[in-house]
Formats: sequence, structure tokens, C-alpha cells
Amino acid sequence: MSALTREETEALIQEVLEVYPEKAKKDRAKHLAVNDQAVEQSKKCITSNRKSLPGVMTIRGCAYAGSKGVVWGPIKDMIHISHGPVGCGQYSRAGRRNYYVGTTGVDTFGTMNFTSDFQEKDIVFGGDKKLAKLINEVELLFPLHRGISVQSECPIGLIGDDIEAVSKKGAKEIGKPIVPVRCEGFRGVSQSLGHHIANDAVRDWVLDARDGAPFESTPYDVSIIGDYNIGGDAWASRILLEEMGLRVVSQWSGDGTLAEMEKTPKVKLNLLHCYRSMNYISRHMEEKYGIPWLEYNFFGPTKIAESLRAIAAHFDDKIKEGAEKVIARYQPMMDAVIAKYKPRLGGKTVMLYVGGLRPRHVIGAYEDLGMEVTGTGYEFAHGDDYDRTIKEMGNATLLYDDVTGFELEEFVKKLNPDLVGSGIKEKYVFQKMGIPLRQMHSWDYSGPYHGYDGFAIFARDMDMAISSPTFKNLVPPWKKKSETEELKKAA
Amino acid sequence: MANIMVRKDATGAYSFYLPKRDLEDAIVSMEFDTPDKWGGEIKLNNGGAYYIEPQAIPARFPISLRAKRLDAAE
Repeated sequence: MSALTREETEALIQEVLEVYPEKAKKDRAKHLAVNDQAVEQSKKCITSNRKSLPGVMTIRGCAYAGSKGVVWGPIKDMIHISHGPVGCGQYSRAGRRNYYVGTTGVDTFGTMNFTSDFQEKDIVFGGDKKLAKLINEVELLFPLHRGISVQSECPIGLIGDDIEAVSKKGAKEIGKPIVPVRCEGFRGVSQSLGHHIANDAVRDWVLDARDGAPFESTPYDVSIIGDYNIGGDAWASRILLEEMGLRVVSQWSGDGTLAEMEKTPKVKLNLLHCYRSMNYISRHMEEKYGIPWLEYNFFGPTKIAESLRAIAAHFDDKIKEGAEKVIARYQPMMDAVIAKYKPRLGGKTVMLYVGGLRPRHVIGAYEDLGMEVTGTGYEFAHGDDYDRTIKEMGNATLLYDDVTGFELEEFVKKLNPDLVGSGIKEKYVFQKMGIPLRQMHSWDYSGPYHGYDGFAIFARDMDMAISSPTFKNLVPPWKKKSETEELKKAA
Repeated sequence: MANIMVRKDATGAYSFYLPKRDLEDAIVSMEFDTPDKWGGEIKLNNGGAYYIEPQAIPARFPISLRAKRLDAAE
């Protein structure tokens, strides 16, 4: 389907907004926009990071999800206590596919759920005693853990428990760091504030632990920040950096450890993949330790080559040569991948609706395959994310912020893309409508998608989804109008 | 009063960051920008204005400062 003109897209937004009551319509109109690359500042065309409208279907998470699920959760050798009722931790356990190496339950704890399981009496009398007991139990049962984080759920803030005091006391008793995180779910409008709170907790409780400690550094030390190793993403990124001659000191936080976090202030450059969730700590390290940071994008060969060169520009000629060597080595493989899939995928359109980074990062990868992104939107991005997105997206494409279930369905019906990239909550809605969907949060149980190796998998997966014959057979034969020809072919 | 961070971007221009609101923007004008007097009224690209107590130029950037909001953009 050919792209819409600016007027058509604007008309589409108006048409979709028509069903809302006056007040809701006014509010939602601010979150929907037609992209215009000439606009310098996103806030002139789109509002973001605002409270979702009550009564509409949003797919945002909460601050606890942002802290425990995103930033802290993947630190594998720490035990993350979901402090509060049991559900928050249990229903989000092990669903994110952030891979790690280690023996779960012995020295790593990534997919396990630890909770203080609040009962009525804990709400009435406070849960501090229970937390203190829990810390001792954890130490007894899992002696190889390297530290504990206390991830608050909503009731902790409501009843005013002093988890900081308990943590300090507990840390003295067991001789390991305990980090209290005030990430109660009711804070903020989305998981985005949870990222910020988690970053602040890292800053206050972890980052300065090894200041002044000896460290054998090299001029090529870097850290990967904001790569959560979904399906092995961070590993696919890491090998490229190491191949060009850099030393990756730490990975945040996919397959990361507490020791790696503590050593991060020793690096020479912070490489920031997920800007939305980790820019806070990068800014802090830039100020306190003078470590510059750089945003990079490892989706699709064009962006990878661009990023590798930008990273190498921070180092000497040895690394610059290394980067060119890496690009030269992988480019033929990528050309083969593109030669294979571009004829099958070229000209297809895709609509995205993901979290805080991928709606703009994966555009390059789709374009490498000859596909076109006709609409994109974030769950919880801020203005600066949209500033960056406007440049990546084509003119007159659709932008939607914190889109509601209804709006997204209507947009997809009208734009009729060949593929939708979103999450599990959208998946079956659209597949039942006959449009293939790939989950772009968990890579639909595939991955990695980062790096050169990831692109080959990405291309294969997109082809599998789009070229699947399933979606042509959703309309039963007797309801098809004039496909006698097609029926013959199918038979 | 708000905590802000002033940093120099790759081209050497000042940029402004307000952590509380996650607001990142370019500084288009600064009242004083000499080695011994630096700060004063700063204007942002989005139309906002803040006031930093004039001081000697910070030894290194980025730096966190207290600033008074004169005119918010939103």
C-alpha cells in the first residue's frame, strides 16, 4: 500500500479521534501527530510523558516494572526482593528473556522470584521486621549472592516503611551491599520514572563502592550501558566491540554483575544503547568521573557501521582500523542476507509500537531490508526521544504516543501494514485481524537482533512472519469473493 | 530553585538538562560567559529561561547547579 499524504494522515487522526468525548479528544489529539522532518522540536507537534487518560486502554507499566523488571532485574548475582504483595514479582518473573550465564539458584538468580509476600498484618503493623528476617533467610539459603536490592511495591510507600534503615542494618550484618529502591508503582506516569529511580539508586548505593580501589585499566576500556541481553543481544554486540580491539569492562544490565557495575567508573567511554532507561547514570558518570557517553545503534548493517565508526572516533587509529576491519569482514555476510530477503520483503510496510527506544532504533534495520515504517510510537518516551525520532521517520508518517488499544487498532485497519511490531498484548488482536505481528519487546522468543549476527536472525524472522501463508487463509473460502483462481492454486 | 546540569556538547555549545523533568535543551544565550563571570540569565531553545548565580566559569563540564526558573516554556 502506498504511503498516505500529509492531509490523508491528518484526516485519519481526526477520524479516529471522533469517537472520544470532547475532553478526551482534546487530550488524545496532543499525543498523535503527522511526522514532519522540518520540525526541530518534537514538543511542537507531539506531547509525551503525560498521565494516561483514565478509561482508555494503555499498555504502560509502572515504576516498579521500570526498576525491578528493567534496570535491576538482569543484574544476575544479586537477589532482588520484590518487597510487598506477592503478585507484582510473580507475574513478571522470568518473562523478559534477558539471558545470563550461571547456575540459577546457586550463584545467579535472574529468573527467580524473591518476595516478602505482604499479608494484612504487615500492612497494619509495618513490614520492616519481615524484611529484616527475609534478608537473613536469603543470606542463609543463598550464600553465594553478592548483594540484595529491595524493590518496593506500592504498599511500602503508602504505609511508610523505612526500608533504608533496614537495608543499612542488614548490610552491616551480612557484610554485603543492600540497595533499597523506592520504586513504588504509583510513582510517575509510566515505567520511565522507575528507570530514573533505579538509576538514582545505582548512583547513590553502588557506583562509588570502588572509588580509589586499584584497577588495571587499558586505554580501550568501555562499558555497554542499557543493553538488556534480550535473547542474547548484549553478547552479539559485545563480540563486535571486542573484535575491533576494545575491552568491555561491564555490561548493564543484561548478563551484568554487581562487580561490573562498581567497576564502570573506571572505563574510558560509556556506550549507551537504551537512552531512555540509562541516560541518567551516564550523565552522572560524565559529571562525576568525566566519562563521555555515546548513543549507538546496533540494529541493521547501515546503523551498525555508522555506530562502529562513531565509537572508533573516540579512540586512536588502532581502534579505527579495527572498526573498518570488522565492517569489512561482516559486510559480505550482510550483503548475502539482504540479497536473500530484500526481494521477499522489499516494499512491505510495517508499523511499530514499542517501549522507549526500539520505535526509532529498528527503523534502520527495516530500511536495510527495503521495508518502510509507516507509523511508530512509544509507550513511555519523553520529548528528547521524539526529537530523535522525527529525523529517523519519513515525512507524513504517523507518530503516536502512549497509543490506546482502540487507536492502534483503527490506525492499523486504515494503514493496513504488512507487519506490526509490538508486544504480546497486541499480538493476537492483530493476528486475528489477519496482520502478522512480531513482538519487538521479547523478539518473539527469538533473538538476538543486535549486531551483525542478530540482523541475519532479524531478517529471517521478519520474512517468516510476513511470508507465512497462514494470514491469507483467515477468510474462509466461502466468504471469499472472486478468488476462484486462487482457490485452484491453493488446491 | 531547581537542580540543573549544564554540559558542553560535541560542538562546544552549552546544553541544559533538568533531571526532574527530563528536559534536555540547547542554551541559546547566556548572560555572562567570561572566565571570571559566568552564568546569569540563560535562555533555552524551547523558550524557557533560568537564572544561575553568576560565578567563575566551572573548571569542567558537565556540572550540576542550582538555578532559578524565570520563565518555563510549558
